[in-house]
Amino acid sequence: MIDYAISIKPFGSKAMLVEWPNKVDEDVLKDILNFSNYLNKNCLKEDDWDIVPAYNSLTLISRNDDINSDEFIAKLQKWYAHKKNSESVQRYLWKLPVCYDLEFGIDLSEVGEKLNLSIDQIIQEHTKHQYTVYGIGFLPGFMYLGGLPKHLEIPRKSSPRLKVVKGAVGLAEKQTGVYPQNSPGGWNIIGNCLVPLFSPQKEEPCFVNVGDKVQFYAIEKAEYELRKIEIDVGIYNLEKVRIDA
Amino acid sequence: MLKVLKPGFFSTIQDNGRYGLLDKGVPVSGYMDAFSASKLNKLLENEKDSAMIEVTMTGPQLKFTKPTTICVGGALFSGAINETPILNYKLYTVNSGDIVSFGKLDKGFRAYIAIKGGFQTKKILNSRSFFQPITQFSSIKKDDEIGYETVSDFKPKISELKIDSHLNIKNIQVFRGPEFDLLNDKQLEEIFAKEFSVSKENNRMAYQLKETITGLKFSMLTSATQPGTIQLTPAGKLIVLMKDGQTTGGYPRILQLSEKAISILAQKKYGDEISFKLE
Repeated sequence: MIDYAISIKPFGSKAMLVEWPNKVDEDVLKDILNFSNYLNKNCLKEDDWDIVPAYNSLTLISRNDDINSDEFIAKLQKWYAHKKNSESVQRYLWKLPVCYDLEFGIDLSEVGEKLNLSIDQIIQEHTKHQYTVYGIGFLPGFMYLGGLPKHLEIPRKSSPRLKVVKGAVGLAEKQTGVYPQNSPGGWNIIGNCLVPLFSPQKEEPCFVNVGDKVQFYAIEKAEYELRKIEIDVGIYNLEKVRIDA
Repeated sequence: MLKVLKPGFFSTIQDNGRYGLLDKGVPVSGYMDAFSASKLNKLLENEKDSAMIEVTMTGPQLKFTKPTTICVGGALFSGAINETPILNYKLYTVNSGDIVSFGKLDKGFRAYIAIKGGFQTKKILNSRSFFQPITQFSSIKKDDEIGYETVSDFKPKISELKIDSHLNIKNIQVFRGPEFDLLNDKQLEEIFAKEFSVSKENNRMAYQLKETITGLKFSMLTSATQPGTIQLTPAGKLIVLMKDGQTTGGYPRILQLSEKAISILAQKKYGDEISFKLE
Protein backbone atom coordinates (compact mmCIF):
# COMPACT_ATOMS: atom_id res chain seq x y z
CA MET A 1 0.00 0.00 0.00
CA ILE A 2 1.23 3.48 -0.88
CA ASP A 3 1.75 6.16 1.71
CA TYR A 4 0.41 9.50 0.66
CA ALA A 5 1.69 12.94 1.56
CA ILE A 6 -0.97 13.97 4.03
CA SER A 7 -1.49 17.44 5.44
CA ILE A 8 -2.91 18.00 8.91
CA LYS A 9 -4.40 21.26 10.10
CA PRO A 10 -6.53 22.46 13.01
CA PHE A 11 -10.20 23.10 12.28
CA GLY A 12 -11.26 25.21 15.24
CA SER A 13 -10.27 24.30 18.79
CA LYS A 14 -11.85 20.84 18.84
CA ALA A 15 -11.22 19.36 15.43
CA MET A 16 -8.37 18.35 13.17
CA LEU A 17 -8.57 18.00 9.40
CA VAL A 18 -6.36 15.44 7.67
CA GLU A 19 -6.16 15.87 3.89
CA TRP A 20 -4.93 13.58 1.13
CA PRO A 21 -4.07 14.70 -2.43
CA ASN A 22 -6.93 16.65 -3.94
CA LYS A 23 -8.49 14.05 -6.25
CA VAL A 24 -11.43 11.67 -6.48
CA ASP A 25 -9.60 8.36 -6.30
CA GLU A 26 -10.57 5.03 -4.80
CA ASP A 27 -7.08 4.23 -3.56
CA VAL A 28 -7.00 7.54 -1.69
CA LEU A 29 -10.41 6.75 -0.19
CA LYS A 30 -9.27 3.27 0.90
CA ASP A 31 -6.19 4.74 2.56
CA ILE A 32 -8.40 7.24 4.40
CA LEU A 33 -10.72 4.49 5.62
CA ASN A 34 -7.84 2.27 6.73
CA PHE A 35 -6.37 5.15 8.70
CA SER A 36 -9.77 5.90 10.20
CA ASN A 37 -10.13 2.25 11.19
CA TYR A 38 -6.64 2.22 12.71
CA LEU A 39 -7.35 5.37 14.74
CA ASN A 40 -10.64 3.95 15.93
CA LYS A 41 -9.15 0.67 17.05
CA ASN A 42 -5.85 1.77 18.48
CA CYS A 43 -5.61 5.48 19.15
CA LEU A 44 -8.83 7.35 19.84
CA LYS A 45 -11.41 6.46 22.45
CA GLU A 46 -14.67 5.80 20.64
CA ASP A 47 -16.89 7.84 22.94
CA ASP A 48 -14.69 10.89 22.72
CA TRP A 49 -14.45 11.36 18.95
CA ASP A 50 -16.45 11.69 15.78
CA ILE A 51 -14.58 10.74 12.63
CA VAL A 52 -15.90 11.96 9.29
CA PRO A 53 -14.39 10.66 6.04
CA ALA A 54 -15.23 12.35 2.71
CA TYR A 55 -13.47 12.15 -0.67
CA ASN A 56 -9.89 13.19 0.20
CA SER A 57 -10.25 14.12 3.85
CA LEU A 58 -10.73 12.77 7.33
CA THR A 59 -12.01 15.12 10.03
CA LEU A 60 -11.52 14.20 13.67
CA ILE A 61 -13.83 16.04 16.06
CA SER A 62 -13.40 15.89 19.82
CA ARG A 63 -16.69 15.74 21.71
CA ASN A 64 -15.34 17.14 24.93
CA ASP A 65 -11.94 18.69 25.40
CA ASP A 66 -10.07 21.17 23.25
CA ILE A 67 -7.19 19.71 21.27
CA ASN A 68 -3.58 20.66 21.82
CA SER A 69 -2.85 21.17 18.10
CA ASP A 70 0.92 20.77 17.88
CA GLU A 71 0.96 17.70 20.06
CA PHE A 72 -1.97 16.09 18.26
CA ILE A 73 -0.56 16.77 14.79
CA ALA A 74 2.69 15.07 15.78
CA LYS A 75 0.75 12.08 17.13
CA LEU A 76 -1.33 11.80 13.96
CA GLN A 77 1.80 11.85 11.78
CA LYS A 78 3.24 9.06 13.88
CA TRP A 79 0.03 7.05 13.79
CA TYR A 80 -0.24 7.44 10.02
CA ALA A 81 3.27 6.07 9.61
CA HIS A 82 2.43 3.14 11.90
CA LYS A 83 -0.87 2.19 10.34
CA LYS A 84 0.69 0.25 7.44
CA ASN A 85 0.01 -3.18 8.78
CA SER A 86 -3.50 -2.49 9.95
CA GLU A 87 -6.25 -4.58 8.44
CA SER A 88 -8.35 -2.97 5.76
CA VAL A 89 -12.03 -2.26 6.20
CA GLN A 90 -14.60 -4.73 4.84
CA ARG A 91 -16.61 -2.97 2.16
CA TYR A 92 -19.86 -3.97 0.52
CA LEU A 93 -21.60 -3.54 -2.81
CA TRP A 94 -25.28 -2.73 -2.27
CA LYS A 95 -27.77 -3.52 -5.01
CA LEU A 96 -30.59 -1.04 -4.91
CA PRO A 97 -33.86 -1.44 -6.84
CA VAL A 98 -35.03 1.62 -8.74
CA CYS A 99 -38.32 2.07 -10.54
CA TYR A 100 -37.72 4.27 -13.59
CA ASP A 101 -41.43 4.49 -14.38
CA LEU A 102 -42.36 7.94 -15.69
CA GLU A 103 -44.53 8.42 -12.62
CA PHE A 104 -41.30 8.61 -10.56
CA GLY A 105 -38.83 9.63 -13.26
CA ILE A 106 -40.43 13.01 -13.72
CA ASP A 107 -37.43 14.45 -15.58
CA LEU A 108 -36.60 11.36 -17.65
CA SER A 109 -38.01 12.71 -20.92
CA GLU A 110 -36.27 16.05 -20.50
CA VAL A 111 -32.98 14.36 -19.56
CA GLY A 112 -33.31 12.13 -22.63
CA GLU A 113 -33.76 15.11 -24.91
CA LYS A 114 -30.86 17.04 -23.42
CA LEU A 115 -28.47 14.08 -23.47
CA ASN A 116 -29.75 12.78 -26.77
CA LEU A 117 -30.48 9.35 -25.29
CA SER A 118 -33.61 7.23 -25.24
CA ILE A 119 -35.17 6.48 -21.87
CA ASP A 120 -34.06 2.84 -22.18
CA GLN A 121 -30.51 3.98 -22.86
CA ILE A 122 -30.53 6.19 -19.77
CA ILE A 123 -31.74 3.30 -17.63
CA GLN A 124 -29.19 0.93 -19.14
CA GLU A 125 -26.33 3.34 -18.55
CA HIS A 126 -27.46 4.26 -15.04
CA THR A 127 -27.74 0.62 -13.94
CA LYS A 128 -24.58 -0.63 -15.67
CA HIS A 129 -22.05 0.97 -13.35
CA GLN A 130 -21.00 0.54 -9.75
CA TYR A 131 -20.81 3.84 -7.91
CA THR A 132 -18.46 4.44 -5.00
CA VAL A 133 -19.74 6.16 -1.85
CA TYR A 134 -17.23 8.98 -1.34
CA GLY A 135 -19.11 10.62 1.48
CA ILE A 136 -22.40 10.76 3.38
CA GLY A 137 -23.75 14.20 4.22
CA PHE A 138 -26.01 17.08 3.15
CA LEU A 139 -28.95 15.08 4.60
CA PRO A 140 -28.89 12.03 6.91
CA GLY A 141 -28.12 9.06 4.65
CA PHE A 142 -27.39 11.11 1.51
CA MET A 143 -24.59 9.39 -0.42
CA TYR A 144 -22.10 11.29 -2.55
CA LEU A 145 -21.61 8.77 -5.37
CA GLY A 146 -18.67 8.84 -7.74
CA GLY A 147 -18.24 7.04 -11.05
CA LEU A 148 -21.09 8.38 -13.18
CA PRO A 149 -20.40 7.82 -16.90
CA LYS A 150 -19.65 10.99 -18.80
CA HIS A 151 -22.66 10.82 -21.09
CA LEU A 152 -25.05 10.97 -18.11
CA GLU A 153 -23.59 14.26 -16.88
CA ILE A 154 -26.24 16.96 -16.98
CA PRO A 155 -26.48 20.38 -15.27
CA ARG A 156 -28.77 20.90 -12.27
CA LYS A 157 -32.24 22.14 -13.10
CA SER A 158 -32.30 25.91 -13.56
CA SER A 159 -34.74 26.37 -10.69
CA PRO A 160 -34.78 23.87 -7.82
CA ARG A 161 -38.00 22.17 -6.76
CA LEU A 162 -39.41 23.01 -3.34
CA LYS A 163 -40.08 19.34 -2.76
CA VAL A 164 -38.30 16.32 -4.11
CA VAL A 165 -39.77 13.13 -2.66
CA LYS A 166 -38.01 10.59 -0.47
CA GLY A 167 -36.28 7.95 -2.57
CA ALA A 168 -36.01 10.15 -5.68
CA VAL A 169 -33.00 9.19 -7.78
CA GLY A 170 -31.33 12.14 -9.40
CA LEU A 171 -28.60 13.26 -11.78
CA ALA A 172 -26.61 16.48 -11.43
CA GLU A 173 -23.22 17.33 -12.93
CA LYS A 174 -20.85 14.44 -12.21
CA GLN A 175 -23.09 12.93 -9.57
CA THR A 176 -26.00 10.61 -9.13
CA GLY A 177 -27.75 10.03 -5.84
CA VAL A 178 -30.86 9.22 -3.86
CA TYR A 179 -32.79 11.73 -1.73
CA PRO A 180 -33.14 9.95 1.64
CA GLN A 181 -36.04 12.17 2.68
CA ASN A 182 -38.37 14.79 1.22
CA SER A 183 -36.28 17.84 0.56
CA PRO A 184 -35.97 20.85 -1.70
CA GLY A 185 -33.61 20.01 -4.53
CA GLY A 186 -32.33 20.86 -7.98
CA TRP A 187 -31.35 17.47 -9.34
CA ASN A 188 -32.92 15.89 -12.42
CA ILE A 189 -35.16 13.11 -11.15
CA ILE A 190 -35.08 9.87 -13.15
CA GLY A 191 -36.62 7.29 -10.81
CA ASN A 192 -37.34 6.19 -7.25
CA CYS A 193 -35.39 3.85 -5.00
CA LEU A 194 -37.70 2.23 -2.49
CA VAL A 195 -35.08 1.07 0.01
CA PRO A 196 -34.96 3.64 2.85
CA LEU A 197 -31.42 4.96 3.16
CA PHE A 198 -31.96 6.34 6.63
CA SER A 199 -34.26 4.80 9.25
CA PRO A 200 -34.11 6.70 12.55
CA GLN A 201 -35.96 3.92 14.39
CA LYS A 202 -33.26 1.34 13.65
CA GLU A 203 -30.27 0.87 15.90
CA GLU A 204 -28.11 1.01 12.76
CA PRO A 205 -30.06 3.73 10.93
CA CYS A 206 -27.91 3.82 7.79
CA PHE A 207 -26.60 0.55 6.36
CA VAL A 208 -24.22 2.16 3.89
CA ASN A 209 -20.72 3.20 4.90
CA VAL A 210 -18.35 5.55 3.13
CA GLY A 211 -16.20 3.36 0.86
CA ASP A 212 -19.03 0.98 -0.04
CA LYS A 213 -20.37 0.74 -3.58
CA VAL A 214 -23.86 1.01 -4.94
CA GLN A 215 -25.34 -0.45 -8.10
CA PHE A 216 -28.91 0.27 -9.17
CA TYR A 217 -31.14 -2.21 -10.96
CA ALA A 218 -34.41 -1.47 -12.72
CA ILE A 219 -37.73 -2.85 -11.49
CA GLU A 220 -41.20 -2.47 -12.94
CA LYS A 221 -43.97 -0.56 -11.22
CA ALA A 222 -45.74 -3.79 -10.13
CA GLU A 223 -42.62 -5.13 -8.45
CA TYR A 224 -42.01 -1.73 -6.83
CA GLU A 225 -45.44 -1.92 -5.19
CA LEU A 226 -44.81 -5.47 -3.98
CA ARG A 227 -41.36 -4.70 -2.55
CA LYS A 228 -42.75 -1.61 -0.88
CA ILE A 229 -45.13 -3.80 1.13
CA GLU A 230 -42.24 -6.11 2.03
CA ILE A 231 -40.28 -3.11 3.30
CA ASP A 232 -43.25 -1.79 5.28
CA VAL A 233 -43.70 -5.10 7.09
CA GLY A 234 -39.96 -5.60 7.50
CA ILE A 235 -39.38 -8.76 5.44
CA TYR A 236 -37.49 -7.21 2.54
CA ASN A 237 -34.01 -8.63 1.97
CA LEU A 238 -31.51 -6.13 0.72
CA GLU A 239 -28.87 -7.60 -1.57
CA LYS A 240 -25.26 -7.01 -0.62
CA VAL A 241 -21.99 -8.47 -1.84
CA ARG A 242 -18.63 -8.34 -0.08
CA ILE A 243 -16.00 -6.39 -1.95
CA ASP A 244 -12.53 -7.92 -1.67
CA ALA A 245 -10.07 -5.46 -0.20
CA MET B 1 -45.98 15.89 33.01
CA LEU B 2 -46.23 19.28 31.47
CA LYS B 3 -48.96 20.31 29.09
CA VAL B 4 -48.32 22.77 26.28
CA LEU B 5 -51.08 25.40 26.31
CA LYS B 6 -49.34 27.55 23.70
CA PRO B 7 -46.18 26.41 21.91
CA GLY B 8 -44.69 29.84 21.12
CA PHE B 9 -43.11 30.66 17.75
CA PHE B 10 -40.63 27.79 17.64
CA SER B 11 -39.98 25.77 20.78
CA THR B 12 -38.04 22.52 20.79
CA ILE B 13 -36.58 20.01 23.21
CA GLN B 14 -32.79 20.08 23.18
CA ASP B 15 -30.05 18.27 25.05
CA ASN B 16 -26.31 18.23 24.48
CA GLY B 17 -26.80 16.74 21.02
CA ARG B 18 -26.76 13.60 18.93
CA TYR B 19 -23.28 12.21 18.56
CA GLY B 20 -21.83 9.26 16.70
CA LEU B 21 -23.66 9.66 13.37
CA LEU B 22 -21.83 12.59 11.82
CA ASP B 23 -20.38 10.18 9.26
CA LYS B 24 -23.95 9.27 8.25
CA GLY B 25 -24.92 12.88 7.69
CA VAL B 26 -26.74 13.43 10.99
CA PRO B 27 -26.15 16.89 12.46
CA VAL B 28 -25.19 17.24 16.12
CA SER B 29 -28.21 19.41 17.03
CA GLY B 30 -28.47 20.27 20.74
CA TYR B 31 -28.62 23.59 22.63
CA MET B 32 -27.94 26.49 20.23
CA ASP B 33 -26.73 28.53 23.21
CA ALA B 34 -24.80 25.85 25.07
CA PHE B 35 -23.23 28.49 27.33
CA SER B 36 -26.60 29.42 28.87
CA ALA B 37 -27.84 25.82 28.94
CA SER B 38 -24.81 24.64 30.86
CA LYS B 39 -25.33 27.32 33.54
CA LEU B 40 -28.91 26.13 33.98
CA ASN B 41 -27.89 22.50 34.29
CA LYS B 42 -25.26 23.45 36.87
CA LEU B 43 -27.72 25.46 38.91
CA LEU B 44 -30.21 22.60 38.87
CA GLU B 45 -27.39 20.13 39.63
CA ASN B 46 -28.41 18.18 36.52
CA GLU B 47 -26.36 15.95 34.25
CA LYS B 48 -24.66 18.14 31.66
CA ASP B 49 -26.77 16.76 28.82
CA SER B 50 -30.19 17.14 30.48
CA ALA B 51 -33.01 18.02 28.11
CA MET B 52 -34.68 21.43 28.31
CA ILE B 53 -37.06 23.49 26.22
CA GLU B 54 -35.43 25.91 23.80
CA VAL B 55 -37.69 28.86 23.14
CA THR B 56 -37.26 31.07 20.06
CA MET B 57 -38.49 34.65 19.78
CA THR B 58 -41.85 34.16 21.50
CA GLY B 59 -42.32 31.95 24.50
CA PRO B 60 -44.76 29.18 25.24
CA GLN B 61 -47.35 28.81 27.94
CA LEU B 62 -46.93 25.60 29.91
CA LYS B 63 -49.01 23.95 32.58
CA PHE B 64 -47.25 21.77 35.17
CA THR B 65 -49.12 18.82 36.67
CA LYS B 66 -46.74 17.76 39.43
CA PRO B 67 -44.15 19.46 41.62
CA THR B 68 -40.62 20.16 40.47
CA THR B 69 -37.97 22.88 40.36
CA ILE B 70 -37.39 24.91 37.22
CA CYS B 71 -35.01 27.58 36.07
CA VAL B 72 -34.97 29.78 32.97
CA GLY B 73 -32.06 31.46 31.18
CA GLY B 74 -30.56 32.54 27.89
CA ALA B 75 -32.56 35.36 26.29
CA LEU B 76 -34.37 37.84 28.53
CA PHE B 77 -38.12 37.43 28.47
CA SER B 78 -40.68 38.83 30.86
CA GLY B 79 -41.77 35.45 32.19
CA ALA B 80 -44.06 34.48 35.02
CA ILE B 81 -45.23 31.56 37.11
CA ASN B 82 -48.96 32.24 37.26
CA GLU B 83 -48.90 36.01 37.86
CA THR B 84 -45.55 36.21 39.64
CA PRO B 85 -42.67 37.46 37.46
CA ILE B 86 -39.58 35.24 37.29
CA LEU B 87 -35.92 36.06 36.80
CA ASN B 88 -33.25 34.29 34.76
CA TYR B 89 -30.86 31.91 36.52
CA LYS B 90 -32.94 31.64 39.66
CA LEU B 91 -34.53 28.42 40.92
CA TYR B 92 -38.30 28.27 41.34
CA THR B 93 -40.48 25.56 42.80
CA VAL B 94 -43.58 24.85 40.77
CA ASN B 95 -46.60 22.89 41.90
CA SER B 96 -49.39 21.00 40.26
CA GLY B 97 -51.56 23.41 38.25
CA ASP B 98 -48.97 26.16 37.96
CA ILE B 99 -48.75 27.91 34.61
CA VAL B 100 -45.44 29.21 33.34
CA SER B 101 -45.73 31.76 30.59
CA PHE B 102 -43.40 34.00 28.67
CA GLY B 103 -44.31 37.51 27.69
CA LYS B 104 -42.24 40.00 25.74
CA LEU B 105 -38.75 39.26 24.48
CA ASP B 106 -36.47 41.94 25.92
CA LYS B 107 -33.02 40.88 24.78
CA GLY B 108 -31.46 37.97 22.91
CA PHE B 109 -33.39 35.45 20.84
CA ARG B 110 -33.40 32.02 22.51
CA ALA B 111 -34.39 31.20 26.05
CA TYR B 112 -34.23 27.92 27.93
CA ILE B 113 -36.69 26.40 30.35
CA ALA B 114 -34.76 23.85 32.35
CA ILE B 115 -36.13 21.43 34.89
CA LYS B 116 -34.66 19.35 37.72
CA GLY B 117 -33.65 16.00 36.20
CA GLY B 118 -34.32 17.16 32.63
CA PHE B 119 -37.36 16.51 30.47
CA GLN B 120 -37.96 12.79 29.94
CA THR B 121 -38.97 12.64 26.30
CA LYS B 122 -38.06 9.62 24.20
CA LYS B 123 -34.46 9.42 23.04
CA ILE B 124 -33.98 8.78 19.34
CA LEU B 125 -30.49 7.73 18.28
CA ASN B 126 -29.18 8.62 21.73
CA SER B 127 -30.57 12.11 21.99
CA ARG B 128 -33.76 13.95 22.81
CA SER B 129 -32.87 16.90 20.56
CA PHE B 130 -35.54 17.68 17.99
CA PHE B 131 -34.42 17.38 14.40
CA GLN B 132 -36.86 16.41 11.72
CA PRO B 133 -37.02 13.77 10.28
CA ILE B 134 -34.92 12.01 12.94
CA THR B 135 -37.64 13.12 15.34
CA GLN B 136 -41.23 13.08 14.16
CA PHE B 137 -41.81 16.79 14.70
CA SER B 138 -39.63 19.84 14.28
CA SER B 139 -41.08 21.73 17.24
CA ILE B 140 -43.49 21.25 20.13
CA LYS B 141 -47.20 21.78 19.48
CA LYS B 142 -50.26 22.85 21.41
CA ASP B 143 -51.54 20.06 23.68
CA ASP B 144 -48.24 18.14 23.64
CA GLU B 145 -47.48 16.42 26.92
CA ILE B 146 -43.88 16.42 28.03
CA GLY B 147 -42.77 14.10 30.80
CA TYR B 148 -40.60 14.90 33.82
CA GLU B 149 -39.90 13.37 37.22
CA THR B 150 -41.67 14.59 40.32
CA VAL B 151 -39.19 16.37 42.58
CA SER B 152 -40.24 17.67 45.96
CA ASP B 153 -37.11 17.25 48.06
CA PHE B 154 -34.47 19.08 46.01
CA LYS B 155 -32.22 21.09 48.32
CA PRO B 156 -30.05 23.13 45.97
CA LYS B 157 -26.56 24.21 46.97
CA ILE B 158 -27.22 27.64 45.51
CA SER B 159 -30.51 29.13 44.42
CA GLU B 160 -29.36 31.88 42.09
CA LEU B 161 -26.50 32.58 39.69
CA LYS B 162 -25.12 35.93 38.64
CA ILE B 163 -23.65 35.43 35.20
CA ASP B 164 -21.78 37.68 32.84
CA SER B 165 -24.38 38.06 30.16
CA HIS B 166 -23.20 37.41 26.62
CA LEU B 167 -26.33 38.98 25.14
CA ASN B 168 -24.60 42.33 24.54
CA ILE B 169 -21.45 41.00 22.93
CA LYS B 170 -21.08 41.98 19.26
CA ASN B 171 -17.50 41.08 18.59
CA ILE B 172 -17.14 37.33 18.24
CA GLN B 173 -14.11 35.11 18.32
CA VAL B 174 -13.17 33.04 15.30
CA PHE B 175 -10.36 30.67 14.42
CA ARG B 176 -8.82 30.22 10.99
CA GLY B 177 -10.86 27.70 8.99
CA PRO B 178 -9.20 25.04 6.80
CA GLU B 179 -9.43 27.26 3.67
CA PHE B 180 -8.50 30.52 5.44
CA ASP B 181 -5.28 30.82 3.44
CA LEU B 182 -7.25 31.24 0.20
CA LEU B 183 -8.40 34.69 1.35
CA ASN B 184 -6.61 37.66 -0.18
CA ASP B 185 -5.81 40.93 1.62
CA LYS B 186 -8.94 42.59 0.31
CA GLN B 187 -11.16 39.82 1.60
CA LEU B 188 -9.38 39.79 4.98
CA GLU B 189 -9.96 43.50 5.33
CA GLU B 190 -13.60 43.12 4.34
CA ILE B 191 -14.08 40.44 6.97
CA PHE B 192 -12.25 41.98 9.89
CA ALA B 193 -12.81 45.70 9.34
CA LYS B 194 -16.52 45.54 8.61
CA GLU B 195 -19.59 44.91 10.64
CA PHE B 196 -22.11 42.34 9.50
CA SER B 197 -25.76 41.89 10.27
CA VAL B 198 -27.91 38.80 10.56
CA SER B 199 -30.09 38.24 7.48
CA LYS B 200 -33.65 36.93 7.44
CA GLU B 201 -32.22 33.51 6.62
CA ASN B 202 -31.33 32.51 10.15
CA ASN B 203 -32.38 29.37 11.93
CA ARG B 204 -31.00 26.36 13.78
CA MET B 205 -29.29 25.14 10.59
CA ALA B 206 -27.45 28.29 9.56
CA TYR B 207 -27.14 32.04 9.91
CA GLN B 208 -26.60 33.86 6.64
CA LEU B 209 -25.11 37.32 6.93
CA LYS B 210 -26.66 40.18 5.01
CA GLU B 211 -23.52 41.96 3.83
CA THR B 212 -21.47 40.23 1.18
CA ILE B 213 -17.74 40.34 0.57
CA THR B 214 -15.62 39.51 -2.47
CA GLY B 215 -16.52 35.95 -3.40
CA LEU B 216 -14.27 32.95 -3.58
CA LYS B 217 -14.40 30.79 -6.67
CA PHE B 218 -12.63 27.69 -5.52
CA SER B 219 -13.63 24.23 -6.47
CA MET B 220 -13.07 21.86 -3.57
CA LEU B 221 -14.14 18.32 -2.82
CA THR B 222 -16.95 17.98 -0.31
CA SER B 223 -15.53 17.75 3.20
CA ALA B 224 -16.73 17.85 6.81
CA THR B 225 -18.26 20.95 8.38
CA GLN B 226 -19.08 21.68 12.03
CA PRO B 227 -21.42 23.95 13.94
CA GLY B 228 -19.72 27.34 13.76
CA THR B 229 -18.07 26.79 10.38
CA ILE B 230 -18.26 29.92 8.18
CA GLN B 231 -18.52 29.13 4.48
CA LEU B 232 -17.83 31.72 1.79
CA THR B 233 -19.80 31.25 -1.43
CA PRO B 234 -18.66 32.24 -4.94
CA ALA B 235 -21.16 35.14 -4.77
CA GLY B 236 -19.53 36.44 -1.58
CA LYS B 237 -22.16 35.35 0.90
CA LEU B 238 -21.06 34.31 4.38
CA ILE B 239 -22.96 31.35 5.83
CA VAL B 240 -22.41 30.38 9.46
CA LEU B 241 -23.47 26.80 10.07
CA MET B 242 -25.24 26.23 13.38
CA LYS B 243 -26.22 23.17 15.47
CA ASP B 244 -28.59 21.60 12.92
CA GLY B 245 -26.27 22.45 10.04
CA GLN B 246 -25.28 19.91 7.42
CA THR B 247 -22.28 17.73 8.26
CA THR B 248 -20.47 18.18 4.96
CA GLY B 249 -20.16 20.99 2.46
CA GLY B 250 -18.43 22.07 -0.70
CA TYR B 251 -17.83 25.78 -0.05
CA PRO B 252 -14.51 26.99 1.38
CA ARG B 253 -14.55 26.94 5.20
CA ILE B 254 -12.80 30.21 5.87
CA LEU B 255 -13.44 30.65 9.59
CA GLN B 256 -14.56 28.62 12.58
CA LEU B 257 -16.44 30.10 15.52
CA SER B 258 -15.33 29.23 19.04
CA GLU B 259 -17.88 27.40 21.21
CA LYS B 260 -18.68 30.58 23.08
CA ALA B 261 -19.07 32.47 19.80
CA ILE B 262 -21.76 30.01 18.66
CA SER B 263 -23.69 30.73 21.86
CA ILE B 264 -23.32 34.47 21.30
CA LEU B 265 -24.52 34.25 17.70
CA ALA B 266 -27.43 31.99 18.71
CA GLN B 267 -28.82 34.96 20.65
CA LYS B 268 -28.81 37.26 17.58
CA LYS B 269 -31.87 37.86 15.48
CA TYR B 270 -32.60 39.44 12.11
CA GLY B 271 -30.81 42.77 11.80
CA ASP B 272 -28.50 42.36 14.82
CA GLU B 273 -24.90 43.34 14.19
CA ILE B 274 -21.74 41.33 14.70
CA SER B 275 -18.05 41.66 13.93
CA PHE B 276 -15.25 39.12 13.93
CA LYS B 277 -11.96 38.97 15.80
CA LEU B 278 -9.37 36.41 14.88
CA GLU B 279 -8.00 34.25 17.66
